[in-house]
Amino acid sequence: MKYEAVIGLEVHAELLTESKIFCSCTTKFGGEPNTHVCPVCLGLPGTLPILNKKVVEYAVRAGLALNCTIANFSKMDRKNYFYPDLPKAYQISQYDLPLCSNGYVEIEIDGQTKKIGIKRIHIEEDAGKLLHENTDGSLVDYNRAGVPLIEIVSEPDMSTPEEAYQYLTKLKSILEYTEVSDCKMQEGSLRVDTNVSVRPVGSTELGTKIELKNLNSFKAVQKALEYEIKRQIKVLEEGGTIVQETRRWNESKGITEPMRTKEEAHDYRYFPEPDLVPIIVTDEWKEEIRKSLPEMPHHKRERFIAEYGLPEYDAKIITSSKKMADFFEKCVLEYDSPKTVSNWLMGEFSRLMNETGKEIDEVPVTPQMLVKLLKLIDNGVISGSIAKTVFEEMFGTGKEPEVIVEEKGLKQIANENELREIIKKVIAENPKSVEDYKNGKEKAMGFLVGQVMKATKGKANPQLTNQILKEELSK
Amino acid sequence: MELYSLTIHELRELLKKREVSALEVTKSYLERIKEVEPKIDALITITEDFALQKAKEADEKIKKGEDTALTGIPVIIKDNISTEGIKTTCSSKMLENYIPPYNATIVEKLLEEGVIILGKSNLDEFAMGSSTENSAFKTTKNPWDLSRVPGGSSGGSAAAIAADEAAFALGSDTGGSIRQPASLCGVVGMKPTYGLVSRYGLVAFASSLDQIGPFTKDVTDCAIVLNTIIGHDPKDSTSLKIDKPDYTSYLKEDIKGLRIGVAKEFFGEGIEEGVKETVQESIKVLQDLGAEIIDISIPYVEYALPAYYIIASAEASSNLARYDGIRYGHIAEKYEDLIDMYMVTRSEGFGKEVKRRIMLGTYALSSGYYDAYYKKALKVRTLIKNDFEKAFEKCDVIIGPTSPTVAFKIGERANDPLAMYLADIYTVSVNIAGLPGISIPCGLSDGLPVGLQIIGRHFDEGKILNVAYAFEQANKFNAKPQAIGGAR
Repeated sequence: MKYEAVIGLEVHAELLTESKIFCSCTTKFGGEPNTHVCPVCLGLPGTLPILNKKVVEYAVRAGLALNCTIANFSKMDRKNYFYPDLPKAYQISQYDLPLCSNGYVEIEIDGQTKKIGIKRIHIEEDAGKLLHENTDGSLVDYNRAGVPLIEIVSEPDMSTPEEAYQYLTKLKSILEYTEVSDCKMQEGSLRVDTNVSVRPVGSTELGTKIELKNLNSFKAVQKALEYEIKRQIKVLEEGGTIVQETRRWNESKGITEPMRTKEEAHDYRYFPEPDLVPIIVTDEWKEEIRKSLPEMPHHKRERFIAEYGLPEYDAKIITSSKKMADFFEKCVLEYDSPKTVSNWLMGEFSRLMNETGKEIDEVPVTPQMLVKLLKLIDNGVISGSIAKTVFEEMFGTGKEPEVIVEEKGLKQIANENELREIIKKVIAENPKSVEDYKNGKEKAMGFLVGQVMKATKGKANPQLTNQILKEELSK
Repeated sequence: MELYSLTIHELRELLKKREVSALEVTKSYLERIKEVEPKIDALITITEDFALQKAKEADEKIKKGEDTALTGIPVIIKDNISTEGIKTTCSSKMLENYIPPYNATIVEKLLEEGVIILGKSNLDEFAMGSSTENSAFKTTKNPWDLSRVPGGSSGGSAAAIAADEAAFALGSDTGGSIRQPASLCGVVGMKPTYGLVSRYGLVAFASSLDQIGPFTKDVTDCAIVLNTIIGHDPKDSTSLKIDKPDYTSYLKEDIKGLRIGVAKEFFGEGIEEGVKETVQESIKVLQDLGAEIIDISIPYVEYALPAYYIIASAEASSNLARYDGIRYGHIAEKYEDLIDMYMVTRSEGFGKEVKRRIMLGTYALSSGYYDAYYKKALKVRTLIKNDFEKAFEKCDVIIGPTSPTVAFKIGERANDPLAMYLADIYTVSVNIAGLPGISIPCGLSDGLPVGLQIIGRHFDEGKILNVAYAFEQANKFNAKPQAIGGAR
């Protein structure tokens, strides 16, 4: 029998508001434990929450960008459960009336567009963090308690781990575009849980679903799903049944393992939060937010192709991150060769970002600096290959390109006499190649140019080198 | 005439004319507290040093002419209202040594005016109860008869005013917790409209029903205190933005043509004959003053009590979940794991009544029972609101007894929770509908005070005060509790 998977994702994204959802404490990441707290976010007896308007605005932004219907009337509810990281022993969340619903994201699979439905987006508060390193039991840091979150729940519309991966990538890019979240998984500002079941191909009934937790990268989501789908199929093929449970992804072993069963599932005893009045989003406010939305990735891609003549491939990569696209546009404002900029961004820039694991806004290179570098090449001050060295230095130190060129003496040798001396020496040292050239072997020319570059550590002006070499060889 | 026996407005006159100092007033009260506290047990904490310090500051204010209506006036605050640096126990072992790092908004407001905080008053644990017998620390006695309860849950505040331990007191009213003890102790107690007074800093029992209000010696004082404590608070999303009226402007004797509704449901089974007669005489007093008495009906009020106990317990089960021993308050000494720590901590920290309501509320909210209990209770809530709205088409205020009985004996209902719950039968519907209500003393039955309840439309505190004042002027309540030597 052939099986297919049914996958749904729940994504928690921390919103980029400056203050917490129910008080004015900062949402800044890090800080000494329990320094970003007040009586309200600690849930001290008698305190009351006040809903941060920005949180609603950001959630509506995300909802609109994800094609959702925005509720004019929604409310907050209490989700009750005991855990030391939850100050009030209930989380203020949304239950039956989420702020946004019925949206979708489009992904591309094998050149085909597929719509992945978004069931709902609701707002809620984050919990604190347990620290287990301490020897005498555990400690709690409540700095994160009350940081605003949106939970984005997809429809179970994905059928392969690859689709889940594409969905997450697209979702992340849209959230970044709307600037509602920085989506940093390593800082916990983006967290993913997934539900997966399998069923015989052609069946319309859903199989028993398993919830997967502890997924700390998109790759982990993909790998965990691949493993879990195989595991479930194997159980079914061996005549077993899937038991509804929550499993965690064990990254080091590359397997999923049981966390808790359905019997241990919580009864959250949701009920309307009596300390908060309902949330009203007027049509006017919604329109205002809609107008403030930035250009979305696919629109930007089309515009880059039309406006800058970028190949589709380049446009897609450049616009996959808003920060990259913004960087690109700032460069071409001052440098009239979009393709050259795109080459640099996709080439050296991306290579070094991948190597260092840095985002474009964490790198000290500014668009102005890159443009300066490109102009140094155009003006013949440095060669293209030297430029790569300079760029690497810029990337690491944030120094201006001309400063690096100056400090390291990387200026091209464009002095004819100086270069001629070096070339003469190269010719004298390589009689075999000279002879080959004279016998009509064009390749030998390349070798000799290479030797000149080697002798000048790449600083020889290529055109001038060619010209002088030819002159000297024809003597 | 001792200073401690005076009303706020009488003290104010003396303070303004500089005939007495705030320090003298404060000392008079502190002396009185020392004298009567051993018999009454109304207070959990007495803040003598703090009070003397504040009295000096108040005198400075008066000297500089920066004083207001409450400058230098001593208050006692129910111990479920957060006071910075002063223990706020909620009469629970759970918070026995809890000292909050912040003030409730209402406390901030009072301190800004130069009010003197004398101490914190006893209550039924976490405000759950109608007799103040559920306190983990002590049982407050009714100053009229020390073998009887003062009512609850704000029994400490009510008894303190009846015994002249402060000029006024603050309480909280979730289902009658200000009006019922005011009635049983023969003082004025008001539950304002839900949303009129900030709840920020009031340790929550049932968030959608709780409201802070004053206990005073007369109706004029009630209006004066109300003037200070109301107003929108940006820290409380349920506190409403309304124009602040001057409630003292409603203190008029004229109630001619005012339509007063009398609901037959408030004279049903269980009401004591003496209470019934006293209230009916009071109605006649109002009629003689020119008010029009109209018979009305609030049919769904018979479901108010069960709906109240579902909603209040459901919210309480959630509000009290934070007392888990992790951050503050009581923590178990011996436990095996996290779950065990929660269980032992909460088993030890909470009293019987609190546990009963947590279990009731947890059950009412649990999946499978939510629709049958909690949701149904919310529907009843809507029906009761509608009932009142309809009634208020025919009348301006509604009057009736505050409590079906006078103060009962200590221990009499302690082991019968259902009998205890009936003490709130005439008061809970007002909380369910979010309306304002006052209880004023209207006479004695068997030597014990009877309370008259006056209920108004939302934000119609002014009209309630008008009726209460007119009644008070026509029917002076001059009786004094003899058990502690009434000095008035």
